[in-house]
Amino acid sequence: MSARPWAETPAATPACDASGASPLFELQRVDVRYGRLHALAAVDLRVVPGERLALVGANGSGKSTLLRVLHGLAAPTAGQLLREPASRQAMLFQRPFMLRASALNNVALGLWLGGVPWKPARLQALAALRRVGLLEAAAQNARTLSGGQQQRLALARAWARRPDVLLLDEPTASLDPHAKREVEALMADFGAGHGAAGPAHPVTMVFSSHNLGQVKRLASRVVYLEHGRVMADLPVHDFFHGPLPEAARLFVKGEMV
Amino acid sequence: MSTMTQSAATALDLLTSADAALWTIVARSLAVSATACALACGAGLVLGAWLGVARFAGRGAVLAVLNTLLAVPSVVVGLGVYLLLSRSGPLGAWGWLFSFKAMVLAQAILVLPVVTALTRQLVEDAERAHGEQLRSLGAGPLLRSLLLAWDERYALLTVLIAAFGRAISEVGAVMIVGGNIDGFTRVMTTAIALETSKGDLPLALALGFVLLGVVLALNVCIALLRRWRERVDGAVTGPTIGVAA
Repeated sequence: MSARPWAETPAATPACDASGASPLFELQRVDVRYGRLHALAAVDLRVVPGERLALVGANGSGKSTLLRVLHGLAAPTAGQLLREPASRQAMLFQRPFMLRASALNNVALGLWLGGVPWKPARLQALAALRRVGLLEAAAQNARTLSGGQQQRLALARAWARRPDVLLLDEPTASLDPHAKREVEALMADFGAGHGAAGPAHPVTMVFSSHNLGQVKRLASRVVYLEHGRVMADLPVHDFFHGPLPEAARLFVKGEMV
Repeated sequence: MSTMTQSAATALDLLTSADAALWTIVARSLAVSATACALACGAGLVLGAWLGVARFAGRGAVLAVLNTLLAVPSVVVGLGVYLLLSRSGPLGAWGWLFSFKAMVLAQAILVLPVVTALTRQLVEDAERAHGEQLRSLGAGPLLRSLLLAWDERYALLTVLIAAFGRAISEVGAVMIVGGNIDGFTRVMTTAIALETSKGDLPLALALGFVLLGVVLALNVCIALLRRWRERVDGAVTGPTIGVAA
């Protein structure tokens, strides 16, 4: 996607891991400071294609900052961010911003900002709205849609850009259970290999969540953050059933109550 | 009957009898202020939107100057424009002094900081709330400023109305650069000042009524806009702006 303010150091593409998969992102000892606040501290992380990585942790643990670093919205104050240069990505926020315009034009605008001319952008936007079940709301003012519909619209805006990587910052946190299920179903669908780039092209997802049930259902790997540090980085089964560092164990226990 | 009630009755007669002198002055006032606002808004909206998003060295100083200009008395603006347009001034060759154009220029300069500052505040608030999401879509500062200004268009309409209210109700600037020439540069506020000093209270009062009516109409417009926004968006998020005479 063009014109993204990438903040990575001018380093090379990340190296392949033992399995031969080239990571989409690699963070090496990344620090982010906001004045005295240490939002991220010496974070090492690799994300490979097809992964569904969940970021969990208490409020202020650095989940959103990590997503913003991955998307280039925040710059590391130390360390290196390497990324696959050909990968396209999109980000969803907890409360998506929609312009005072129709749902169709909001999606088309996202494409236009990515370099697609306006007319084809509107056609692609229609396909994206159909994909998320909002075709009938195409002409409706996006601001008048419900919270769940707006999040689905944001997913359509992201999906239309045919991303390889989808970054989601607590995408269902402010939704009612029904809307939550709808958004989750779309996330699962994209992650399972029904991305915009084709059926054999699953979207790699990195999402933050407080909902451990959702993490169980959607994630393939879980990273637990505390005070900006990665305290656990495990496959989803091991995170919920294996031994954990004490802080992560207490967090899971507390959140699962 | 007291002088006041007599004057008010005569003023109402003037208003209802379509007095040509009175309505010519009203029309000229509206034309001067509308033209000045159109010019000031063309520049102020773009400049304010850009200032709301752009970050550069010295931005704080620019904002301090802008906020100071909000409080500049209209007579000071009039004096500045007078010096610019006077025969020995840098723009003296234009020959604009004591003309419609001079009054438009003075009011445009007076209103420009109002439009710029209010637009800057609106767009900056929107940028704080939503700028990151637009950045994530690939929008640079200029596009963000334009998109956010467009998104705040209903709130900006109220800014324009407020700016018009400021222009039409000022007296100092148009008095200095227009000269209050009868049938040529006389507008409502300068006419009120003159007629009051001459003791011709009915005409001054009639013009005062019209001026109040214009300001009332502007405030009704703002209220209707807000109500329309509520209907369109479901909720109002913009600031409350009113017009004072």
